[in-house]
Amino acid sequence: MQSEAQLVAALRAGDEEAFRKLIEMYHAMLVRVARMYVSNQATAEDVAAETWLAVLQGIDRFEGRSSLKTWLFRILTNRAKTRGIREGRSLPFSALEPDEPAVDAERFHGADHNWPGHWASAPPSFPEERLLAAETRDVIERTIASLPPTQRAVISLRDVEGWSAEEVCNALTLTETNQRVLLHRARSAVRAALEQYLEES
Amino acid sequence: MTQAANTYEELSCQELVELVTDYLEGALPAELHERFDEHIAHCKGCQAYLAQMRATVRATGTLSPESLSPEAGSALLEAFRGWRHESG
Repeated sequence: MQSEAQLVAALRAGDEEAFRKLIEMYHAMLVRVARMYVSNQATAEDVAAETWLAVLQGIDRFEGRSSLKTWLFRILTNRAKTRGIREGRSLPFSALEPDEPAVDAERFHGADHNWPGHWASAPPSFPEERLLAAETRDVIERTIASLPPTQRAVISLRDVEGWSAEEVCNALTLTETNQRVLLHRARSAVRAALEQYLEES
Repeated sequence: MTQAANTYEELSCQELVELVTDYLEGALPAELHERFDEHIAHCKGCQAYLAQMRATVRATGTLSPESLSPEAGSALLEAFRGWRHESG
């Protein structure tokens, strides 16, 4: 495993293997993040490809004050935002999607009940062996794919790629609160899909 | 129930489910965190819900990161060679 400094040095020296490694690590995520700001997949791929060129052209100026990852995603988000504005899109966080409850209101007792807002019946537990089955993973993947692009990017970075909250906020220029709101909605959607799937089958 | 209501209004389960992510992220203000813990301690439904959320995060973590498509990979490597050629 090469260190980041070694990768940067190799890239400056024009080492194709170092570049290949970086695109394998980050390109798919760059496209996914770009999709938060632009209207379609092709434009997102375009912006990601431009970002790599900008990285190569700027690699001599990279001083390592932030991590390479943060730097890379900063370049991407700046470009994607500019492109999104040119497309006439409003920025994704000025227009957060309407607030959906994490759990359907019907699952709780209503206002006329002795215990309003309490579970009408307790949620079932997820059987561990089924949770990790291939089909269950497909359900999770499909649910993530169907989320709005902002939620999709946040849950992918946090829960699939294992980034910290701070890294995600930095890379996507999100406030901590917005990051958590997006993560909450995304995780709640995946949980609901899992519950439904595991109960049905 | 009534005891908790003496000190402050108790969280309902419906309110609690909206706080779960902030709770897991360690982002709840201390007072709210305490109310969350107190609710969870005696509520089987919310214990189950929290376990579901933890299981969801764990299961999502087993997905493979999205991989680079061969087409995108070769286009990018092509661009890389162009850059290297230009920058000498």
